[in-house]
Amino acid sequence: MADSTYYVAGAALVGLVLLGINRMSKVATARRGNFLSMLAMALIVAVALVRTGEVGSIPVWACIAATLVVSLIVGARVKMIAMPQAVAILNGLGGLASALAAWVEIGRGGSRFSVISSALAIAVGLVTLSGSLVAAGKLARWFPQRSVRVPLHTPLSLVLVLAIAAFAALANPLWVALASIAFGILFSVRVGGADMPITISLLNSLSGVAAGIAGIAIGDAVLISVGGIVGASGLLLTQIMCRAMNRSLMHILLGSTSARAAEPAPEERPAPEAREGPPLEEIVRAARDVIIAPGYGMALAQAQEHVKALADALAEKGARVRFAIHPVAGRMPGHMNVLLCEAGVPYEQLLEMDEINRDFASCDLAVVVGASDTVNPAANTAEGTPIYGMPILDVQSARHVVILNLDRRPGYAGVPNPLYDRPGAIFLEGDAKETVPRLVKIILA
Amino acid sequence: MRDVHPLVSIALFIASSVVGYLLIKNVPSLLHTPLMSGMNALSGITVIGAIAVTAAAESWFFKAIGLAALAFSMVNIAAGFSVTDRMLSMFRGKEHGDGR
Repeated sequence: MADSTYYVAGAALVGLVLLGINRMSKVATARRGNFLSMLAMALIVAVALVRTGEVGSIPVWACIAATLVVSLIVGARVKMIAMPQAVAILNGLGGLASALAAWVEIGRGGSRFSVISSALAIAVGLVTLSGSLVAAGKLARWFPQRSVRVPLHTPLSLVLVLAIAAFAALANPLWVALASIAFGILFSVRVGGADMPITISLLNSLSGVAAGIAGIAIGDAVLISVGGIVGASGLLLTQIMCRAMNRSLMHILLGSTSARAAEPAPEERPAPEAREGPPLEEIVRAARDVIIAPGYGMALAQAQEHVKALADALAEKGARVRFAIHPVAGRMPGHMNVLLCEAGVPYEQLLEMDEINRDFASCDLAVVVGASDTVNPAANTAEGTPIYGMPILDVQSARHVVILNLDRRPGYAGVPNPLYDRPGAIFLEGDAKETVPRLVKIILA
Repeated sequence: MRDVHPLVSIALFIASSVVGYLLIKNVPSLLHTPLMSGMNALSGITVIGAIAVTAAAESWFFKAIGLAALAFSMVNIAAGFSVTDRMLSMFRGKEHGDGR
């Protein structure tokens, strides 16, 4: 295939990818958008096979066929609750693929520019791999979610970055690889569980950057272009997540808040003896406008189906039910939405924090399920705490508040939640898988 | 094999990042998980690099490494798009059960 033909075809296919992404901006067209991207990718592979003359290669076809079968089986079986770690593992594989391709490119021996960019692609690709696998392990709870630090963590990381740069300049792929894997591990172990949405977004960005650099090394315009798009997407999500936590990226990467979470949690305070106001039965049955604020606790308890039943029960009693979704609730961007949609909640009821926050003041009842930090009013007042300045769901302004959390301990950030002691707040302690159905029973009784 | 000038390729990388950034900005947070997994599938684009280097590899050793790169990027692509599609199929509206 002539180069000019390839550029035209490549530009058209990158255009198709962009069109697919554009369609992702609305729920109604998102599925078609994903299909367009997939189609573009299939055509890109076909063009690459024809262009390189590999179209008749049996090993290549065998490899494609085998991996397609395996991936489609895995893709159909992975559970929604396991999505964060699944995305992390796939992301790591993408990084590994870029690193391997770049290694082969070095083996071919090209220009100095090509060799150094290949070494960089190996570095970014393997940081993505080891970082993603550690992140996946934390998300799947194969090892502790808390932030882990080794002695001299920051200096060690810096030394590794310098080593990677030096070995890349010397075009020594093996040492680049080892230093990058070590750096990726150091990078991910330090980030604690609740900061995962940011880590995952960042690693997502890195896998795109790795592909883009591999493209620069190999000199393929389509690879460079799509790599850049993916890199930008991950960076944008990272930025959104950081803003939603009111934290700088550097803070999170250095694990500053996570370290606090490792301290022993403050002692449990006894529940207030007597509570003023109407009884729970009356409140939940009389509510006409209800907002539910779910958090990661709901996902942990796997209570999303019960929460859907709760919404149905409230609706049956004549209430308007909506969900308030905090941007960083869960372990990856948008995590709560996927879980609730899987449970059958119509997406129109899922509202972003900015859309719904004003309505808390006028609603009858706010129900918190497994959320603490994202609804903690201390974020507005408690200067010097890790969550100070973080935008929160304005649950405290609701007329009545029912909280269904596992216990009264502070959330991940370790800041006690004054919402629990708000006059009139009702706290149902226990596993949401049991407390939510109990509430449903009360409503329908 | 090298068909793009180094400076052109770096410029292209930056330009694509900017275009991607502007487009992705329009995706609502409701769809951020599928967006991320879709983007993740796209990062398997390195498959064309894998094919190119496998074709150009002179030894069996590097051909095998190239094939491994091909396999990992294919898993990234196929599993990525299939989970994205599954997720998107769950976003159902109030009145219609067909994802409209």
